[in-house]
Amino acid sequence: MPRLLKLHTYLVLAFLYLPIAVIVALSFNQSRFGVRWTGFTWQWYLRLFHHHRVAVYAENTLIVAVASTLIATVLGTLLALGLYRYSFRLKGAIRFLIYVPVVIPDIVMGVALLLFFAWVRVHTGWLRLSLTTIVLGHVTFQIAYVALVVRSRLAGLDPALEEAAQDLGAGSYATFRHVTLPLILPGVLAGALLAFTLSLDDFVITFFTAGPGSTTLPLYIFGSVKRGVTPEIHALSSILIAATTVGLVLGRALLRRR
Amino acid sequence: MNRSATSRARRLLELLLTVGPGALWLLIFMLIPALLMLEASFLQRGPYGRLVGPFTLANYLRFFGLTPEGFDPLYLGILWRSAVFAAGVTAITLLLGYPLAFAIATSRRKETLLLLVVLPFWTNFLIRIYAWIVIFQRHGVVNAALGALGLGPLPLYPSWFAVYVATVYTYLPFLVLPVYTAVERIDWTLLEAAQDLGAGRVRGFLHAVLPQTLPGVVAGVLLVFVPALGTFVISDLLGAGRVILIGNVIQQQFGVVRDWAFGSAAAYVLMALVLLGLWGYARVAGEEGLDRLV
Repeated sequence: MPRLLKLHTYLVLAFLYLPIAVIVALSFNQSRFGVRWTGFTWQWYLRLFHHHRVAVYAENTLIVAVASTLIATVLGTLLALGLYRYSFRLKGAIRFLIYVPVVIPDIVMGVALLLFFAWVRVHTGWLRLSLTTIVLGHVTFQIAYVALVVRSRLAGLDPALEEAAQDLGAGSYATFRHVTLPLILPGVLAGALLAFTLSLDDFVITFFTAGPGSTTLPLYIFGSVKRGVTPEIHALSSILIAATTVGLVLGRALLRRR
Repeated sequence: MNRSATSRARRLLELLLTVGPGALWLLIFMLIPALLMLEASFLQRGPYGRLVGPFTLANYLRFFGLTPEGFDPLYLGILWRSAVFAAGVTAITLLLGYPLAFAIATSRRKETLLLLVVLPFWTNFLIRIYAWIVIFQRHGVVNAALGALGLGPLPLYPSWFAVYVATVYTYLPFLVLPVYTAVERIDWTLLEAAQDLGAGRVRGFLHAVLPQTLPGVVAGVLLVFVPALGTFVISDLLGAGRVILIGNVIQQQFGVVRDWAFGSAAAYVLMALVLLGLWGYARVAGEEGLDRLV
């Protein structure tokens, strides 16, 4: 690598890691205000664990992520399969519909969902803003990502394998269950993982579809930043950073062993 | 005859079972909300923030500055500022990300470098934004460092500068990844051929390498430009009232102001701009181009 390019790479990497390093360092800093280092402490972590609501927010975040990922993975995988296998009228329209949540700014989707939930509530009394509405909103953007990831896996599939199963007398369902599904499973899992992380990280859709009592971790962090942060947020952030790092490194190690 | 009828019914059933649920979901939770928002954009704000008729163009006229009191470029100005901001962010991201993608693709430790670039992206979005407040605030990291040198303090937060830095930071991986994929696929024999024909370093790059990376660059540019154009969180947190983008206008209308009709019109203008850009992109790049965005 040319020397200049190497220098550029190191500088950009430093830029990428500076904020993370700052947060982690501050989470162990005794001083409550400012960034001056006054000594090492665990106290912010201890206080965080005694903050009874944070556990509830974490639970809410996980409930939303798990529920929405399950729904979106099933719907998205089926959608990709159908679009791959059959040609029909409206296929182009449905394809377009899949790309929309990926490409429009998330604030547009957030306010449209807010309008929709308010409209349903006025006319039927259903769908008070809650964890349910957050899940409905998350599934709507997750379906697209799952469908697109599974579709790229399907595109690499050898059609001869499915034909062979059918020639040997397997029906549509048996072919799907014993041939197609095992072949596309890595794609389905990758799509589910992507959907799960998108849900954990989502702020904008959650912001517009959450109601009282359905605070998630991103909403809590946003609120704290607006009000003026306490050092507990540094501790919480550091824990989240450590969790995602471990998750990502483990995930890659697992994929490599396959 | 009978048999083909049953097989057609079967096919229809399978189609409904696979495409049906997902399509229905998108219809209910995307198409209907979009249509409701379209309707709302032609309504007016009633008492208690309720939407009331009759249908009117007033919200769009107000957005484009055509008020009964004369021309008022407030919102057009914000839209223009947002577009300039998104373009600026995209340009800086390109300057940082394009060489980085090359460095990764040609490195021996490709895997590790790629992991290092995406790792911050997997860290919670709000935490990353918040970290920049800590860095830029009055008694933050930068000013503490400047103070140690006997300089400063600089008013870095809240500011446009802080919003720029944090937005570039947030969307950098979106540009690096597609460009990296394009660099990986480069056919280097073209460069050798160009050099054999006497092209120097610069001309060799411009004519034999750059064109091959363009599909990745265009996809990356779109992936940075669109979210930067629509952001309200970064400008809200790091601009703290000093930086108003189109996203902030929409959020305020749906939040404190509670004028959902005007907010819907603003959201439609933003969406129309994005879809227009996308349509242009799809015409040039085709459907594979759309796939490159994921």
